[in-house]
Amino acid sequence: MSKSKIHWYKYAAPVNFYPLAGKMIPFFTALTIILFAIGLYMSFFVAPVDFQQGHSYRIIFIHVPAAWMGMFLYVLMAIYAGIGWAFNARLASMMATAIAPTGAIFTFISLVTGSLWGKPAWGVFWVWDARMTSTLILMFLYIGFISLQSSIDDTRRADRAGAVLALVGVINVPIIYFSVQWWNTLHQGATLTARSFKMAPSMLSAMFVLMGACWMYSIAIVLARVRLIIKEREREAPWLVETHPFEGEIGIRKSVSEGAQ
Amino acid sequence: MHWNSLSEFINMGGYGTYVWGSYLVTFVLLTAEVIALQARKRKLKRSAPRERLETRNSKFETVL
Repeated sequence: MSKSKIHWYKYAAPVNFYPLAGKMIPFFTALTIILFAIGLYMSFFVAPVDFQQGHSYRIIFIHVPAAWMGMFLYVLMAIYAGIGWAFNARLASMMATAIAPTGAIFTFISLVTGSLWGKPAWGVFWVWDARMTSTLILMFLYIGFISLQSSIDDTRRADRAGAVLALVGVINVPIIYFSVQWWNTLHQGATLTARSFKMAPSMLSAMFVLMGACWMYSIAIVLARVRLIIKEREREAPWLVETHPFEGEIGIRKSVSEGAQ
Repeated sequence: MHWNSLSEFINMGGYGTYVWGSYLVTFVLLTAEVIALQARKRKLKRSAPRERLETRNSKFETVL
């Protein structure tokens, strides 16, 4: 570890992470656009029609990636919140705060697209079955995390309170994942299983490309949001004023330093 | 290619409302997220210099 030329811990400090994140955003934004374009083309023009569900199954191409993102992002948020709490690492806590809104949006998308698919497939928009109920709880956990943090003024206390909620709530993720096995449910089984791919290869690849697109989107927007959070929280920090002045800031600094002399 | 005409594409074999509804909701929500973040950024940019000037001036005055 000490022989490594890259100092990994360097980027745990907001002062080093802030410009790095700024450089990474355009790259992930470009990947998002490219992957969405390819994925959407594949899902409407390459993937064949389903012999049972007709074209209604095409909702799967956003439903499954959105549902996965909702779960992945929750686990990621809980890990960051836990690291921020255990090691008193403020950037990790800020990452958790930055992930929450995106995770909530993806979970909401999975619920809405799921019910829009449920209507033609099952005849109902909503049933209180295990998977759907546990996914709804996931969304409430996100909303709880966000509102708990915004209700506490002291940011480090807000981080700790959020971390407790995020870590306790993580138990819900395996419940969602295994719900289709543990309970007798209307929801179909896992789309991907280790033993066999039940879908046509072109359907599966369209879904994977859109999955990648959702990942790239999440990375880009979370980095943009964490930069904003850094700015909001550390606006008085000298490093931020010196390296990334806002418009008009240079003029203000000059006049202040001139006045001091 | 599964579509012989644009209307066939829009109809989605009778499931147009559900399929396009799903994609529309996704598009609207993700776009709204990006717009909301940009608005937050603008708000911060507007408020930051003034607040800093105020805190600096107060510090400056105490030094004097």
